[in-house]
Amino acid sequence: MPAPPCASCHAARAALRRPRSGQALCGACFCAAFEAEVLHTVLAGRLLPPGAVVAVGASGGKDSTVLAHVLRALAPRLGISLQLVAVDEGIGGYRDAALAAVRRQAARWELPLTVVAYEDLFGGWTMDAVARSTAGSGRSRSCCTFCGVLRRRALEEGARRVGATHIVTGHNADDMAETVLMNFLRGDAGRLARGGGLGSPGEGGALPRCRPLQFASQKEVVLYAHFRRLDYFSEECVYAPEAFRGHARDLLKRLEAARPSAVLDLVHSAERLALAPAARPPRPGACSRCGALASRTLCQACALLDGLNRGRPRLAIGKGRRGLDEEATPGTPGDPVRPPASKAVPTF
Amino acid sequence: MCQVGEDYGEPAPGEPPPVPRPSREQKCVKCKEAQPVVVIRAGDAFCRDCFKAFYVHKFRAMLGKNRLIFPGEKVLLAWSGGPSSSSMVWQVLEGLSQDSAKRLRFVAGVIFVDERTPGVFTVALRSATREKLLPKGKWLTPHSSARKHRPAERGLEGFPVEVALHPALPGSSLSPDSFCLGFSEGAACGQSLEERSKTLAEVKPILQATGFPWHVVALEEVFSLPPSVLWCSAQEPVGSERAYKAAVDSFLQQQHVLGARGGPGPTQGEEQPPQPPLDPRSLARLPAAAQTEALSQLFCSVRTLTAKEELLQTLRTHLILHMARAHGYSKVMTGDSCTRLAIKLMTNLALGRGAFLAWDTGFSDERHGDVVVVRPMRDHTLKEVAFYNRLFSVPSVFTPAVDTKAPEKASIHRLMEAFILRLQTQFPSTVSTVYRTSEKLVKAPRDGPAAGDSSPRCLLCMCALDIDAADSATAFGAQTSSRLSQMQLPIPLTETRTPPGPCCSPGVGRAQGCGQGACRREDPQACIEEQLCYSCRVNMKDLPSLDPLPPYILAEAQLRTQRAWVLQEIRDCLIEDSDNEVGQS
Ligand SMILES: [Zn+2]
Ligand SMILES: [Zn+2]
Ligand SMILES: [Zn+2]
Repeated sequence: MPAPPCASCHAARAALRRPRSGQALCGACFCAAFEAEVLHTVLAGRLLPPGAVVAVGASGGKDSTVLAHVLRALAPRLGISLQLVAVDEGIGGYRDAALAAVRRQAARWELPLTVVAYEDLFGGWTMDAVARSTAGSGRSRSCCTFCGVLRRRALEEGARRVGATHIVTGHNADDMAETVLMNFLRGDAGRLARGGGLGSPGEGGALPRCRPLQFASQKEVVLYAHFRRLDYFSEECVYAPEAFRGHARDLLKRLEAARPSAVLDLVHSAERLALAPAARPPRPGACSRCGALASRTLCQACALLDGLNRGRPRLAIGKGRRGLDEEATPGTPGDPVRPPASKAVPTF
Repeated sequence: MCQVGEDYGEPAPGEPPPVPRPSREQKCVKCKEAQPVVVIRAGDAFCRDCFKAFYVHKFRAMLGKNRLIFPGEKVLLAWSGGPSSSSMVWQVLEGLSQDSAKRLRFVAGVIFVDERTPGVFTVALRSATREKLLPKGKWLTPHSSARKHRPAERGLEGFPVEVALHPALPGSSLSPDSFCLGFSEGAACGQSLEERSKTLAEVKPILQATGFPWHVVALEEVFSLPPSVLWCSAQEPVGSERAYKAAVDSFLQQQHVLGARGGPGPTQGEEQPPQPPLDPRSLARLPAAAQTEALSQLFCSVRTLTAKEELLQTLRTHLILHMARAHGYSKVMTGDSCTRLAIKLMTNLALGRGAFLAWDTGFSDERHGDVVVVRPMRDHTLKEVAFYNRLFSVPSVFTPAVDTKAPEKASIHRLMEAFILRLQTQFPSTVSTVYRTSEKLVKAPRDGPAAGDSSPRCLLCMCALDIDAADSATAFGAQTSSRLSQMQLPIPLTETRTPPGPCCSPGVGRAQGCGQGACRREDPQACIEEQLCYSCRVNMKDLPSLDPLPPYILAEAQLRTQRAWVLQEIRDCLIEDSDNEVGQS
C-alpha cells in the first residue's frame, strides 16, 4: 500500500504519523515542524534572549543530541551562541562511549566542547567510587539520586567556565510527566510545588536553566533523531535508575498507549497544580560552603560530598530530602532515607 | 488521614494466604480484653466492638472536623449500591438514630442512579488482574485462611464502587464466588429490560429499609434536564463558626419542641417543606424508550473507554445535582474511600485535571454553589470498609458478574487503578502517601487569587477554565501552536505575531479579530469546545459529534455563546469594575 501524501507539503510521500495528532508527514516536514515548535517554546517562554551564551548539557544521549542539533539550527535566528558542556561522571564502561559520542557531535557541528569531571570537581570522587561507598557491594539503587545532584553541580561549574549565561538540558515531556507522577507517588509536595515550569530563572546567583524540549514527547525526539540521522549514544547507564522511576516510566508508556495526549496532559496538570503555602519549600538561602542555593546550611551537593567524606553518604542526601516533607512515612516508596542524625556542619 | 496501611499481599496461587493468627493470649489492642477479630495492619488487632468504635469515630471525626453540615440541613446520600457508599448510608442511619448529644443532626435522603442503560457499558470495567489485588485473608475466625475475596471495581466519581471484598462468613452456605458486586457493571449493549427491573427489585428493598426518603433515577433522565443544572447558583454564606453554632442552637430548640410531641425522627421536623410526592413506583419507573435509545446512541458513539467513563461521571453528577436541587437538598454525600480517592487523584492527574484535584478529591466540593458535595468516607480504606460491612452485615447490591474481556489498558481509569493497587502490594504506604499529598493541594489557582464567580466555568465539569493563551509556552499552547506551525511551514514563527485571545485558541487561521466566541457562531462544535476546560476538551475529542449530547448541554452552550457575543457588542459601553450580572456566565 503506498503511503499517503505528506499533509504539509503535499508533494512528498508521508514517512511517519505524528504520535499526538496522527498527522501524516514526510521526514523533512516533520523535522521542520519539530524545530518550529522548539523555537516557539523558546520564544513564547522567553527562555533564551538574544546574545545569550548557552551551555548545552551534552550527555551523548538522544535528548541532548536532539536539543543541541535543533538549537544549532535555530541559533542564528535566536541570536545565541552555543557551548557543549559534557560531564564525566567517572562511570567505568559507560563514560568512554558516551563521551566519544559527544566528541563526534562537537566535531561534526563545529561546536566548542568542554568536559568537566566529577573526579576533578569533587576532590577525587568518581561516580564509581560513590557507588562503592554507598552500597558496600554492587551498585546501589540510590546512585541515580546522588548522580543527579552532582551532575547538576558539575554542569553549573562547566557552564561558568565557558562563560555561559544560560544552561539548557534535554528533558522532554515524558521526563516531566514521569516526574510529576513520581512526586505524587512518593509524596514529595515540595517538588510538586516547584515543578511545572519550563525551568528556573536563576535565583541566588545560579545560572538560569531551561528545558526547550519540555513539550516534545520522547517518541518525537526519537523520530527527529531518526530523520535527521543523528548519531547518538543509546546505552543505558550501568546504574539502574531509581526503582520508582522505572514504575512511573512503565505507567506512562501504558497511559500514552491508551490516550496519545496523556504525556502532555500530565505536563498540563503539573503546570496547574496548586499547593498550599505550607507545602512550598521555604525560601532558600545560600550554602555555607559553596554559596549555591540551599534550603539548609549546606546545599545538596555539598551535603552529599560532606557525607561521602565522612563515610555516611546516605545521611547527607536523606536530610535534604526529608527536610521538605517532615512527616514522610518510613517505607514511602523511593525514599532511601534513614533516620537522620543531627551533626555539626564543619566549615572551611 | 489514612492512618491505616493496607496490604494487599498476593499469596502464591493455590497456596492459602498467610493469616497472621493472633496467639491465643493476644488481645484487642484497644480494650486489651476481648478476642480480636480483625487485623487492619500488622499488630493492630481489634475486637468487634473496638473496631466498630474506631470505624464510627473516623466517620464522625471527618464530619465534625469540617463542620460543614448544619443541623437540620437536608443531605442527599449518593448510593451506588457498592460497599463504600453502602457503608456510608449505614453510618448515617446509625448516627441519626443514636440518642443523646452524639446524634447526627441532619436530615437524610438517598439517591440511586440506575445506570444499567444499554450501551453505557459496552465494555465492562473489569480487571483481568483483579485476582492479584486480593487482600491477605485476615478474618480472624475459624476456617479463615482459604478465603477467596473477590473485588469488583468501578472507578467512577461519586459512586465509587470500591474493591469489594466478600469473604463468606464461616458457616455460610454461600460460596464466595457466588458473590460479586458490580453495580452497573457489565451492562452491555442490548441488555434486556428484564435485567434492569431485576436490579431495581434488589435496590428497592434496601432503600425502603433505610426509612429515608429515597429517589431512584435512571441515567436517561439527563435527557430531560433543564440547562439551569449547569448554572453555578450563588452560594449561601459558607458556615462560619458562628453561623454553625447558631444553627445548632436553633436546631436543639426545635428538637426540644418536637421531643415534647413524641420524639424527633430524622424525617420529621416542621421546618421542612412538604416533601414532593415520593411515590417509589413512579420514581423508579423505567425510562421512556426514546431516552434510552438516545443515551445508548450517545455512549456507543464515544470512541474511547476513557472518554466514556468521564462522560458517565459528568452526566451522573448533573443528574444528582438536579435531583438535590429539585428536592431541596443542600449537601450531597458520596462514598469515596481513601483508596478510591488516591486512585482518582492519579487518574485525574493523567487526564489533565491538575488544576482541579482539590475540588475533585477534597472533603468538600463547592463548585456548584448551592449544593455542596462532601466525601465523609475519605479516611476509610477499602479494606476497612469491607471488614466493617461484613462484620455488621451492611447490605449492598450484588449483581451477577459479566466478565467481559476489557483489558487493563482499555482506559486511563483502568490503568491507573490497576497500577496503584499493584504498587500497593509492593509498597503498602502507596495509597496513604498519595492521599496525604493530595491534602496539601488547594482549590485556588496556582497563581493569583481564587477565581471569582464571574470567571468562566467549564460547561461540563463546572470548574474555572484552565486554558492558557494559544501561543503560550505551555502544554496547551504547544498543542495549539503545533497546529499553527504545521499550517505555516516552512515559514518560521516570528516574535511579532499577534497573540490571539485565550478564547479562540483552537481556531487556526481565524485568530485575528476573534472576540469571545463571537467569530464562530456558525460552528456550534467549536463554540462548545471553547467553553470547556483542558481536560473536558480532550475528552470531547473522542466524540465524533457533539450532537447526541443531552439537550440541556447543547442549549446551555448556545446560551453562553450568545451571552458572550452580546457582551462583546456592548463591551465599550460597560463601566468596568461594576458589579453587574452581565459578566456572569
Ligand atoms: Zn512534507
Ligand atoms: Zn477491644
Ligand atoms: Zn471541564
